[in-house]
Amino acid sequence: MHKKRIARLILIIGIISIVSFITTDQCLSEMFKDYIYQPGTLKPLDSMPKLKIGDQASDFTLPSISGEKISLNQYLGKKNVVISFVPAAWTPVCSDQWPGYNLVKNIFDKYDAILLGITVDNIPTLYAWTFPMGKLWFPVLSDFWPHGAVAERYGVLRSNGVSERALFVIDKKGIIRYIDVHDINKRPRLEDLVKELEKLK
Amino acid sequence: MKKITILLVVTIFLFSGLVVFAANEPPKEGGMLPDIKLSVPNSPEEKTYLGLKGNGSFTIPQIKANVVIIEIFSMYCPYCQKEAPIVNELYNAIEKNPDLKGKIKIIGIGAGNTPFEVDTFKKTYDIPFPLFPDEDFSIHKVCGEVRTPFFIVIKINKKGTHQVIYSELGTIKNAEDFLKLIRKRSGLK
Repeated sequence: MHKKRIARLILIIGIISIVSFITTDQCLSEMFKDYIYQPGTLKPLDSMPKLKIGDQASDFTLPSISGEKISLNQYLGKKNVVISFVPAAWTPVCSDQWPGYNLVKNIFDKYDAILLGITVDNIPTLYAWTFPMGKLWFPVLSDFWPHGAVAERYGVLRSNGVSERALFVIDKKGIIRYIDVHDINKRPRLEDLVKELEKLK
Repeated sequence: MKKITILLVVTIFLFSGLVVFAANEPPKEGGMLPDIKLSVPNSPEEKTYLGLKGNGSFTIPQIKANVVIIEIFSMYCPYCQKEAPIVNELYNAIEKNPDLKGKIKIIGIGAGNTPFEVDTFKKTYDIPFPLFPDEDFSIHKVCGEVRTPFFIVIKINKKGTHQVIYSELGTIKNAEDFLKLIRKRSGLK
């Protein structure tokens, strides 16, 4: 009986150590080395969808790190809007996601689109986190207070107060054309977003 | 008793898996590259540059060169974005030097990048050497899951064997100095 317990214990330890080994770390950039909190692999999705394709996107106004307030409706009739929710500052994957978008302004320009980056962090945190990414061409918005209110309205607030890793494409009429509530542990492929932008033409 | 034996066997099996995982370290200087297979590029210019023919896959030591410089990068990594012009400079310094042209080749491997993402990086920085996608991180994994940018340089011997002469994380800083270092380590005059 005693032996059995020991054997079971060894088995459990073995499994745990392997699982902890396999957890993905996709935040590769040397830039964020040692700064990124590693939560391990998370539950891919942890929220209930509230919006669907074809819905009118609800307006919001949020403060940005540059100091100005940005409203979704200011782009009505002018620009297509891509909203990129990332879970929180200093978390894996996303610390790489926005620097990637920063590189492809020309693609957004081509489809007459603006990008709005949103997290539930406060402005000083967002400022410190995005500072080493260099000058970002798109507004970075803080959905900190009331906490995660916009994420909540868009159905992407997780039970622990961070948001999903989600992309919304909204056309010039304010209609939601694409929703990708992505596995939080993985980065959405750039071509999937570009394909959706192409459809807006 | 039988159950205990089974549990122990399973446990040992799992632990041995762990050892395999831990064994994936970055290539060591003086050692060899892990087994990496890349797809032969479609572009005729890139095929010529690498000295490859046909389709299918190839391994890095099959590249027609004395020395191959491998950059593991990601389109999403800000340091790799900053590094791109320096590596282009390195390419130009090699191509302009008649003693080195054709003998030192450069390739990039985009860790976790799709073909589209690699292509975006190539176009954005006007990168003249071939880049290969590693969408599922499989190459990245056998290379010890290094951070980016990471540079590995191999020297290819006449018999087709090779050895790693440089394997380091981070920027090469200065194209000219890096080239000097590689010439010294490879014995290329």
